[in-house]
Amino acid sequence: MNPKVQQVANSNVEIKELPSFKAGDTITVNYKIKEGNKERVQPFQGVVLCKNGKGATATFTVRKISNGIGIERIFPISSPFIEGIIINKVGVVRRSKIYYLRERTGKAARIKEKRR
Amino acid sequence: MSGIIGKKLGMTSIFNEDGKNIPCTVIEAGPCVVTQVRTEEVDGYVAVQLGFGEARDKSTPNALKGHFKKAGTTPKSKLAEFKGFESKLKLGDEILVDVFEEGEFVDVSGTSKGKGFQGVVKRHGFAGVGQATHGQHNRLRAPGSIGAASYPARVFKGMRMAGQMGNEKVKILNLQILKVDKENNVLIVKGAIPGSNGSYVIVEK
Repeated sequence: MNPKVQQVANSNVEIKELPSFKAGDTITVNYKIKEGNKERVQPFQGVVLCKNGKGATATFTVRKISNGIGIERIFPISSPFIEGIIINKVGVVRRSKIYYLRERTGKAARIKEKRR
Repeated sequence: MSGIIGKKLGMTSIFNEDGKNIPCTVIEAGPCVVTQVRTEEVDGYVAVQLGFGEARDKSTPNALKGHFKKAGTTPKSKLAEFKGFESKLKLGDEILVDVFEEGEFVDVSGTSKGKGFQGVVKRHGFAGVGQATHGQHNRLRAPGSIGAASYPARVFKGMRMAGQMGNEKVKILNLQILKVDKENNVLIVKGAIPGSNGSYVIVEK
């Protein structure tokens, strides 16, 4: 990327201290939602499918099963609406993008947890 | 239509006050130098010619070298004429990115990315044939009929056919300026602009 473009991308965002996570981890994203003038925090808990991009424009995808329907949500890592990220489980996976999880349900969709 | 010559640096996205992620293009705009002033008496119209981007001395023709010497600048690689600059400009004056303001709407023109000789599916969005049976075998991306037979006995002008795609002048209208950075001579506009990164663009008010 051109250094000037990088500068523009970085100048606009405040650097937040987010915990480091990777694909396979189960995380909770505390996402701020505006309703009229009120603001409330909505947690979104699920498995991280992938992390894309780098720097200020990077994103990550979180997948969860809600009422039997798979929901995926892409968050920009420097979004001002992300209040915080909590890591619930550290998973053991071999890939950096675990898209194969989409085809699996039930017991097959489990991810081994890392022993601490 | 005052304006400036710039160089497309690349695209990124920034968050606005509402927290929305806005796609934007970063343009290195100026500083441009006035290389010629067109006047009513001499040329029949009023305009200024601006130059931008350093050119090598070796690759500048002698005629152009004299042109730049007259303006008292080094050789420039891109020249363009603009009408409607409000202030009186002289030869050698510098035009900076501050001719624009934040929130203003501008038109950006440039040369689009060349795609080469392309068929009608890619070039004009034709649907192709899309049938596997009924005798179809090697006409998957063919254009089909281009007109009737003995009347009109010709193909109408402007019939959409295969040909060169891209590498032509394209102007995108009404792009909002998100930011004007005077220190770095950088202009940020909302959305995409024609051309590849590093190509020259003309930003007009």
